[in-house]
Amino acid sequence: MSPRFKPGDAVTVRRAYPPGHLRTPHYIRGQAGVVERICGSFPNPEELAFGRDGLPARPLYRVRFVQKQIWPDYRGAQADTIEIEIYEHWLEPATEGKTHA
Amino acid sequence: MHDGHPHPHDRRPDNEGPLTDYQRMEIAIRALLIEKRILTADEIRRTVEAMDARSPALGARVVARAWTDPAFKARLLGDGTAACEELGIRMGATKLVVVESTPAVHNLVVCTLCSCYPRALLGLPPDWYKSRSYRARAVREPRAVLREFGTELADDVTVRVHDSTADMRYLVLPVRPAGTEGWSEERLAALATRDSMVGVSVPKTA
Repeated sequence: MSPRFKPGDAVTVRRAYPPGHLRTPHYIRGQAGVVERICGSFPNPEELAFGRDGLPARPLYRVRFVQKQIWPDYRGAQADTIEIEIYEHWLEPATEGKTHA
Repeated sequence: MHDGHPHPHDRRPDNEGPLTDYQRMEIAIRALLIEKRILTADEIRRTVEAMDARSPALGARVVARAWTDPAFKARLLGDGTAACEELGIRMGATKLVVVESTPAVHNLVVCTLCSCYPRALLGLPPDWYKSRSYRARAVREPRAVLREFGTELADDVTVRVHDSTADMRYLVLPVRPAGTEGWSEERLAALATRDSMVGVSVPKTA
């Protein structure tokens, strides 16, 4: 699968809570960030966890988020960030008008 | 010697409670692999020995090289895995991302989901790295966590936390300590501590 997003793209993490083995931490679901880099494509861990082959491999991104947007009570600099690896099927293009990193 | 004083070799309580489900599972799978001749007991032992032999000294070599060789540093930041293999370090399946700290940016690594750690370069993770407390707090209040590790950062230093949630592993390239101009790689490597490569600390000073 060729990557749908490129570095610098504004994205939103899907706010979804399906059961199973997931690599998208709860605290980041629904949040808006910016693609920092494309890490390559990897078998989908949500499938691997159940003994399947995880193919086709899914593009994986590092997405950068602004801490003060993630944690309302965050104590630290405005520029502080958190970067997380997120698979493409958890990302959507950021919706218009939303603030992002 | 024995007149009522505690015996110097008081029996220490056994550190072996009943097996957990995961311990049982591991023993069962290991026994099956051996029984089915997929692995031998010696191969398993050798792998454990090799895992235990990896230590932060490997990561420190990488850091010291990056501190002294700008071209290597550029390659390391571009493709961490390939650059480490250049130094003869066996990376296996590890996809390494090296994040560079500067006087203006401090990097910190955590795995909130489990305990992903660049074992190929640092060996086994310390217990605190795997604790729920570190995993939960490093993302939410990294500056407070850093302070507890004795790392005071100025307010205008940016803190960048890296949550190792999937297929990448992270190594922090810390800032080279001041006053080390002209030092050999070997001498520099002694300053690159494990904790400085995870980012909870900074290297030793010269």
